[in-house]
Amino acid sequence: MSAVHPTSVAPTSDAALTGGDVSAAGRRGVDLAGTLRSAVMAALLMFGLAVPILLLRTEQGPGGGLILIPRWNLVLVCCGLVFLARLAIGLLGGDQGLFSRARTRKATITVSADPAKQSGFRFAAVATPLFVGAAVAFPLIVYLLKGGLAESRYWIDLGILILTYVMLGWGLNIVVGLAGLLDLGYVAFYAVGAYSYALLSTTFGLSFWICLPLAGILAAFWGILLGFPVLRLRGDYLAIVTLAFGEIIRLVLINWVDVTGGGAGISSIPRVTFFGIPFTAGEEGFAARFGLEFNPMQRVVFLYYLILVLALITNLVTIRLRRLPIGRAWEALREDEIACRSLGINTTNTKLTAFAIGAMFGGFAGSFFATRQGFISPESFNFLESATILAIVVLGGMGSQVGVAVAAIAMVAGPELLRNLGFLRAVFGEGFDPNEYRLLLFGLAMVAMMVWRPRGLISVREPSVVFRERKSISGSLVKEGHG
Amino acid sequence: MEVFVQQLINGLTLGSIYGLIAIGYTMVFGIIGMVNFAHGDVFMLSAFIALIFFLILTTWLGISSVALALLVVMIVAMVLTSLWGWTVERLAYRPLRGSFRLAPLISAIGVSIFLSNFVQVAQGARNKPTPPMVPDVIPLFERNGYVVALSYKQIIIMVVTAVLLTAFWYVVQKTSLGRAQRACEQDRKMAALVGIDVDRTISLTFVMGAALAAVAGTMYLLYYGVVNFADGFVPGVKAFTAAVLGGIGSLPGAVIGGLIIGLIETMWSAYFSIEYKDVAAFSILAIVLTFMPSGILGRPEVEKV
Repeated sequence: MSAVHPTSVAPTSDAALTGGDVSAAGRRGVDLAGTLRSAVMAALLMFGLAVPILLLRTEQGPGGGLILIPRWNLVLVCCGLVFLARLAIGLLGGDQGLFSRARTRKATITVSADPAKQSGFRFAAVATPLFVGAAVAFPLIVYLLKGGLAESRYWIDLGILILTYVMLGWGLNIVVGLAGLLDLGYVAFYAVGAYSYALLSTTFGLSFWICLPLAGILAAFWGILLGFPVLRLRGDYLAIVTLAFGEIIRLVLINWVDVTGGGAGISSIPRVTFFGIPFTAGEEGFAARFGLEFNPMQRVVFLYYLILVLALITNLVTIRLRRLPIGRAWEALREDEIACRSLGINTTNTKLTAFAIGAMFGGFAGSFFATRQGFISPESFNFLESATILAIVVLGGMGSQVGVAVAAIAMVAGPELLRNLGFLRAVFGEGFDPNEYRLLLFGLAMVAMMVWRPRGLISVREPSVVFRERKSISGSLVKEGHG
Repeated sequence: MEVFVQQLINGLTLGSIYGLIAIGYTMVFGIIGMVNFAHGDVFMLSAFIALIFFLILTTWLGISSVALALLVVMIVAMVLTSLWGWTVERLAYRPLRGSFRLAPLISAIGVSIFLSNFVQVAQGARNKPTPPMVPDVIPLFERNGYVVALSYKQIIIMVVTAVLLTAFWYVVQKTSLGRAQRACEQDRKMAALVGIDVDRTISLTFVMGAALAAVAGTMYLLYYGVVNFADGFVPGVKAFTAAVLGGIGSLPGAVIGGLIIGLIETMWSAYFSIEYKDVAAFSILAIVLTFMPSGILGRPEVEKV
């Protein structure tokens, strides 16, 4: 693609060339017949798509063979929905959707030099203390709302899960958002961290507080090791090779049964301790030492604050690193590797440090995951995890710290909320399990985000170097890097 | 020796299937420079379509001729999978043309997740077995009690692959559509300027890729007799490896790469360890991309400043 010129409005080159009658319908008002035609076509297309897969469900028959169960209602409902949706798009949003005569749409990029006009910029400035405050107070708020620690367990667990993904997102953000290296195998480092802690603690009896830095160092080491071969790869190829590494590590974890326990995983991993004091009911336990009444929730709350601190450290280190020469080198690398090299930046070292530091935070998160779960298996580290973490970074707007946090909340808490929506069951019948549709919607959300907001939820960047006045940078001007 | 010959036959069969999928990757990469990550799942979807139409033909319509059933199933699967390929391109990739470079890849990952889970929700998570189709084999020779056999299935798969590849090669080399595709591959802007409908050409490229994936899906179902919603990912990655190994953008390269990957996989399983066969495939992918990214028949990518 051609470089986007940093002035007012720049249509993309292809749209300018191939776009014949752009938004012809928009000028003439709504073309009812055309919209209706498009809607009918869309419904017919939906029917064609649905005929085999949705219409006929294969089930194990009584004789052992497969039998087909037709589901006409479902298909007709789907076609009707598509018809209405296409009609609504045609009537409301101008004719640019499926089967429209308007061929391509113009991509426009506007740049405002006035920071006050950039709502996202102000949002980021206000949101940071707000988010931290909310995260610190979260267990207390839940405790007060639910009226008891045991009752609030579900919510605190959810908080831990979200914060784990926030931390992973921030860790990957160093690699993807700052250095512009698309890594589809980040979960490998998460796995290295988790298995490091699990193996060190179960075989050598080391405590969590010794293993945590060790896991980070080991993961960073793996980051460098896997970073070496991919140094000269760019863009898509880099993504695919990192994906291959992630899968290789997972397959080795499954098949190297002597060490890793294979598909069965490693169980009875030691729980986290309060800097050496275990969270048990006995004399030596945390509650007895501090003169508190024993409550199993103390450990959960401690885990919550532990991951919160780890995540905030990740964030702080990232913010600080951006101001150091290495951070600037990362961003320069993301913008233009060739220019970077000609300025004398050592791209090898720059890339390897990005991989190593990103991997280190992944390793920390992994060892936290292992101590929290008490059980790990290779299934927790599949490609879908990598895709989830990458989706968080991308949806957050690559490079934006607050965006990543918002995206992590949306991606992890959203499906959980879906699970709790009781009225869906009333609408779709008793057997309806929204959890089945979690990944379906997740995939759709990734596509929809790329189509509508490719620059993420927070699409403005805070500059790391300021000359006289602070100007925000539109995300559209920040390159994604070519690896 | 006899094990080797048998594995050679098996490897070439498997390689034919990979080659058919790899063409979809290589054409799309050639024309718009994106890794169509969802292609493996389109392949899986087509295997499901083939399964369902096979069941319709045998249980509802009572067609007893397997050859006729297979032919009808393959054609129907090609048509319906093409429809999916077209829709995916239209909704998930075309709006991103002119967006930043990684947008299509991320969108494709989303489509991949969507497709596999769509099939899971619509058809259930269990393995779907079919009754064995075409079980007959031709014993070639016997030594030390080990019979080297060539099954009818394998003959069908190799012949169908060869015929379709020839037809396909003809389309790309001799028809106006093929010329338009090659023109878009070289320079999309110039192609548009000389009056080629670039959007339509790209759409048709996806349709052709999906149709070949449907052939591969039908053949996969015929060969293994079982399909699962998660079956798209690993064959997809292997086929992509094949496309890269043969030189991405090159059609004969994709087929050669597919055959090599198929052979490596079967030989590895036979002589080394079957557990690590996927590790071997992924390692080849990493090694090829790192050390010979232009593949066997590909053109080296020139870096322009």
